[in-house]
Amino acid sequence: MELTGAQALIKSLEQQGVDTVFGLPGGAILPVYDPLLDSSIRHILVRHEQGAGHMAEGYAMATGRAGVAMVTSGPGATNIVTPITNAHMDSTPLVVITGQVATSSIGLDAFQECDITGITMGVTKHNFLVQSAHELPRAVAAAFHLATTGRPGPVLIDVPKDVAQSTMEWWYPSGIEELGLPGYRPTVELDESAVARCVALIESSERPVLYVGGGTLKSRATAELLAFAERTRIPVVTTLMARGAFPDSHDQHLGMPGMHGVYAAVTAIQRADLLITLGARFDDRVTGKIAAFAPDAKVIHVDIDRAEFGKIRRPDVALQTDVATALRAFDAAGARPRNLDGWWREIRSWQASYPLTYDEPEVDGPLRPQHVIESIARTAPAGTIVASGVGQHQMWTAQHWPFEEPNTWVNSGGAGTMGFGVPAAIGAKAGRPDRTVWCIDGDGCFQMTAQELVTARSEGIPIKVAILNNAYLGMVRQWQEMFYDERYSEVYLSPDLPDYVKWAEAMGCVGLRATNVKEMNDVIDEANTINDVPVVIDFRTDSAEKVFPMVPAGVSNDDILVHPSQRGGAR
Amino acid sequence: MNVPEPFAGESTHSPVRHHILSVLVENKSGVLARIAGLFARRGFNIYSLAVAPSESHARYSRVTIVVDAESAPLEQIVGQLDKLVNVVDITDIAPREAVERELLLATIKTDVANRTPLLDTLGNAGAAIVDVDPGAVTVMLAGTPSACDDLERALEAFAEVELHRTGRVALPRLGRSTPTTPEP
Repeated sequence: MELTGAQALIKSLEQQGVDTVFGLPGGAILPVYDPLLDSSIRHILVRHEQGAGHMAEGYAMATGRAGVAMVTSGPGATNIVTPITNAHMDSTPLVVITGQVATSSIGLDAFQECDITGITMGVTKHNFLVQSAHELPRAVAAAFHLATTGRPGPVLIDVPKDVAQSTMEWWYPSGIEELGLPGYRPTVELDESAVARCVALIESSERPVLYVGGGTLKSRATAELLAFAERTRIPVVTTLMARGAFPDSHDQHLGMPGMHGVYAAVTAIQRADLLITLGARFDDRVTGKIAAFAPDAKVIHVDIDRAEFGKIRRPDVALQTDVATALRAFDAAGARPRNLDGWWREIRSWQASYPLTYDEPEVDGPLRPQHVIESIARTAPAGTIVASGVGQHQMWTAQHWPFEEPNTWVNSGGAGTMGFGVPAAIGAKAGRPDRTVWCIDGDGCFQMTAQELVTARSEGIPIKVAILNNAYLGMVRQWQEMFYDERYSEVYLSPDLPDYVKWAEAMGCVGLRATNVKEMNDVIDEANTINDVPVVIDFRTDSAEKVFPMVPAGVSNDDILVHPSQRGGAR
Repeated sequence: MNVPEPFAGESTHSPVRHHILSVLVENKSGVLARIAGLFARRGFNIYSLAVAPSESHARYSRVTIVVDAESAPLEQIVGQLDKLVNVVDITDIAPREAVERELLLATIKTDVANRTPLLDTLGNAGAAIVDVDPGAVTVMLAGTPSACDDLERALEAFAEVELHRTGRVALPRLGRSTPTTPEP
């Protein structure tokens, strides 16, 4: 069967089981958009290529399958570099297809030419510049294999226009051997001696902590985690990327560690004699000052990526495998720590003394952002997916939203990409239309990517967006208040400009506003009844509200600042 | 790439804590850029780098990289390098376990006065004259990096026009190699 490269590309995507592509056409990718008309694949037309990338990420995080985005060359390609970087930092499986100028024009500064494989070399797991139509099926199959196996990540396929236009005899790789990846070995044999050393460390520990990272979700190890944790009674902390990997309602769950972590989670790590690190990478937002991080702890480091071993913290045992395999091996060996009663007594006292807290809102407003989040969560159906941007609202959501199951938390961790929330929520809803999807956003973030609500409305993707409108770039404001003598430099945004309700309405969404607690409850109830179009709610929150606890950057986790109302005694 | 300043009087090419990585890569466009980019963005130092088609297959090339194991732990460098999809195999060769050679080419101005001492210097080093014209000679030495260092220093006494070194290539001493990734 003779196909054009463009037809072969679309057919290859169908072969991979792709049901949704987020994208925006342009000159160099034009040939590929023609056979899309005849395909079963749903294309979601975005308003900016950054939106396509973040939607594909949201889709991937909510479904566990690779997200796919397709854009044109030049500025289309550079506009999607931020999502690619974001996916690279958070190990999100992404396949990005970019148009490229014709092979005869490459290197000649042709119209809308840019060296996107060069630009993205450092922020993709791998990328391809496809040289012939015959190679397209292999490139697509290899891209999905690379994106979804081992440590997942973004893979970019650059398709020159003449490659899409020329013809090929249809074929498709029948197995991994035909992908032409002799240097790619994502899995290694389980090192039984390392497992034995892990078991020995677990069995001699008295103050162990399960330090659970995003790799636990990537390897779909939540059932194994629950079984192992319950059998051993070891306390669990879940990082920002792992929220949902272990139920928040579980009494062994101490919450999130790190810069804005729960006191008990942070302190348990600091006092631990053993960290069982599962798909986590000792990020600076978790460790604080690295020299003072968990000073007495031996470290078991389980990761699929061996380059993570010793990158930040030298492990006592490194176990290169996926988290599920490691936990099954620990269970098979019957690994069990010593009696943890004393350890739990200490932890319970920290939990009792320093729970997450905030001041009650005044009846007449302004609203407390944490209270808004908890109020939305209380009325949200089980399994609701929540997305966020980056900043204070993200930390409050990570702290106060009750996560109970995997793939319900869609956020930007490593890259810290403002504006991630709205498009990521749209992508999540496109991938899981059966779920309610809330985006808890900040006013600064919302202004970066809000135009994608036009996409959501026109494509019939009814997400709900809660803007915690404190009229500031809130996290920057918090740092300026605390560390720059309250000298506020370029952080004020105004609560009224833009008018978020009118803006929402202009984009075909329902726009609502709440300034006090009664209005807040009313608009949340109203939003919950609207399931056909997107809803945007402008919640007027207290500008002075700060995220606590907080470990200032570069400071030891021992010097965690708790909420002001808890600072009476020793802290 | 960060090229560290050599210490005064010390060889520019024989760092104390260097390691040799013999890296088999797919012979695809951009592979060298991927390796160089990785070293640059991770802050790993390269002392020298040599690339040529490999022995076994037209499909592969061999890259010999002399890395500064002080700039980052060797396991980090190897681990990150191994993540490059086009990298097929990495062999880490400790200097004491390696047979290392490099090539030095130099053009020296000659006159009646310096001809004899120059010939003595070349003779002592085991270097050969490979090109001659009335006012200059081009000489070569294929030898150990330290032999090349010695000749380079000795040639400073003469009016050098140009001196090039290739950077080293290496193979494990027989029976002592340490492959760090399985063979493909």
